[in-house]
Amino acid sequence: MTQPVSPPLDSSTDKVPPARPPAWRGLLIRADVRTLSLLGVLAVLILIGGVTKPDEFLDTRNLQLVLTQASVIGVVTVGMTFVIVSGGIDLSVGAIVALASVWATTVATQEYGFAGILFTAVIVGVGCGLVNGVLIAYGAMVPFIATLAMLASARGLALQITDGKTQIVTVPSVLDLGERDAYVLGIPPLVMVFAVVTVIGWLVLNRTTFGRRTVAVGGNPEAARLAGIDVRRQRLYLYLLSGLCCGIAAFLLIVLAGSGQNTNGNLYELDAIAAAIIGGTLLTGGRGTIVGSVLGVLIFTTITNIFALNNLQSDVQQIAKGAIIVAAVLVQRRTASTT
Amino acid sequence: MTEITSRRGLLFGAAAVSAGALLTGCTSNEPSESKDEPAGNNQPAADDKPGKQVTIGFAGPQADHGWLNAINDNAKSRAEKYSDVTLEITEGSNDTAQQIGQIETLINKKVDVLVVLPADGKALTQVGLKAMRAGIPVVNLDRIFNTPQAYRCWIGGDNYGMGLNAGHYIGEKLKGKSGARVIELAGLDNLELTKQRTQGFDDALKNYPNIKKVARQAAEFTVESGQAKMAQLLQAQSKFDALWNHDDDQGVGALRAIEQAGRDDFLMVGGAGALSAFQAIKQDDGVLKATVLYPPTMAASAIDLARALGQSKGIGGLAEFEIPSSLTLYSAVVDKTNVDQYMSTGFK
Repeated sequence: MTQPVSPPLDSSTDKVPPARPPAWRGLLIRADVRTLSLLGVLAVLILIGGVTKPDEFLDTRNLQLVLTQASVIGVVTVGMTFVIVSGGIDLSVGAIVALASVWATTVATQEYGFAGILFTAVIVGVGCGLVNGVLIAYGAMVPFIATLAMLASARGLALQITDGKTQIVTVPSVLDLGERDAYVLGIPPLVMVFAVVTVIGWLVLNRTTFGRRTVAVGGNPEAARLAGIDVRRQRLYLYLLSGLCCGIAAFLLIVLAGSGQNTNGNLYELDAIAAAIIGGTLLTGGRGTIVGSVLGVLIFTTITNIFALNNLQSDVQQIAKGAIIVAAVLVQRRTASTT
Repeated sequence: MTEITSRRGLLFGAAAVSAGALLTGCTSNEPSESKDEPAGNNQPAADDKPGKQVTIGFAGPQADHGWLNAINDNAKSRAEKYSDVTLEITEGSNDTAQQIGQIETLINKKVDVLVVLPADGKALTQVGLKAMRAGIPVVNLDRIFNTPQAYRCWIGGDNYGMGLNAGHYIGEKLKGKSGARVIELAGLDNLELTKQRTQGFDDALKNYPNIKKVARQAAEFTVESGQAKMAQLLQAQSKFDALWNHDDDQGVGALRAIEQAGRDDFLMVGGAGALSAFQAIKQDDGVLKATVLYPPTMAASAIDLARALGQSKGIGGLAEFEIPSSLTLYSAVVDKTNVDQYMSTGFK
């Protein structure tokens, strides 16, 4: 499956870089090539959807649906991108979403209404992120191991809290947020949260000291340390950030599904990592873009949507999803090969 | 105390639901003195008269799903009911290797009878054989071992029958409607039981030439997946007349998606028998009109069978001296007309 390859507009400038451009500038130029190739993939998908199911696919409701379904995993992916850019990994995101969602929907917190649920979800997310961060930054644990441990224990705790039962949400104000009546100018509130998180994520990564430090730590931690960056504290903040995103995502999921369940967020870690990788984030750290990650999420969600509209079965879906991951990364590598 | 009462009520009701007179009478023809169960649940249950002491080993599933949780609850509270039964219970597990180890421990403890709901029936066949060879009869619950040599008695639900009865219910409801369109929200597609449920559904629909199944998507037995897949199905199918959803847990999500899309132009049939589904059916203000049972009370019946085995008795209501070698439960359809009868068996 050959995708129309978008022209590597900036590759010539990349070959002979101007003498020591600012780090963020180089990042922006490289990102553009990747972004264009990702947009190309997305355009092809939209074309396929439009041709196979014109009435259902090219419909406002479907656009709202695709974006809504991308929101929960999208918010998680933004946090994950930061962690991966810093050279780390967070395997616990799905489990944190599960724990935050069931804690926030237990009967006790439902008595405190909307604020109680939102607050609990976010606090649990941040709390788990804090534990991850402390273990990794100050306990000198490998991120893979520390977050694997969090994955196991958060899932266990989620199961213990629910006793395997589905916590059905009975707070009307929470449920209303997912209804069509709550859409503003046709945009579902969930999608707005996703958009805000994306914009803030982009600003922080590209326009702040925090973002530059994140890239520096991922590129070369030793050099970052010598340059005066508190690498440990930076790492702590990054896992906190990922946990915060999981807490927000858990709340979105509660609104969407109207319940909390210990099986929530199943395999989010793999989806988020896959979206970030497709988006051009290096698994070894030092490079990555929020826009790329979000496009990665949108590509996945669009694929799922097209499959469902065409009534393809889950086995076919899984095979095709794997093939498309490979295709997207190959296209991207080709267009970005000069960098 | 109220919890125990209601749970016991649940069990009594359940016995009637799942196996009818077959299991309930057990060895004696005398119905038990039923003092503390709710009205309407006074059918005879297992013989309460204490007999020979029996130690039952129970290796159940990890309760990460409403139905599986109900399985463990049912087994425990049924065992508590008998003064002559001691339950040796292992920690629930979805891991084949771990469960094999747990069952071996129970064999070494020399329990009298084993009740096993295997994480994977095929993979646990060997340990079932091992128990039987050690002289411990095995009651195989739900997920079936590969060979009848590995169990003395199998008791479980009827997945094919679920599909069949759901299909017939929908078929009757849509009778006379030409060009009727039906969709299916299946469970986890890598489980054999999902294929069986779909097969039964398709076979039933063959009796109704006016109905065509236009779409099928598989979810994952979770609320989250139910919501996501149903939202897609609703977008894909602008018009259809009936929906069969394999599982009431994922049905919570499916109903949420239906509500969010503002759709009410079809009837929905669920599966399993969750309390929330029963309540929705009773209220009758949404699309959910019925659910097809896959009763978790089978775990309570398995304890009854294990006790009868341990005491070398048969089952009341049958002429046989021994318990049967297999029991397939009936997948009853619960709708508005009979939901009250089943309410107490609904699991959370």
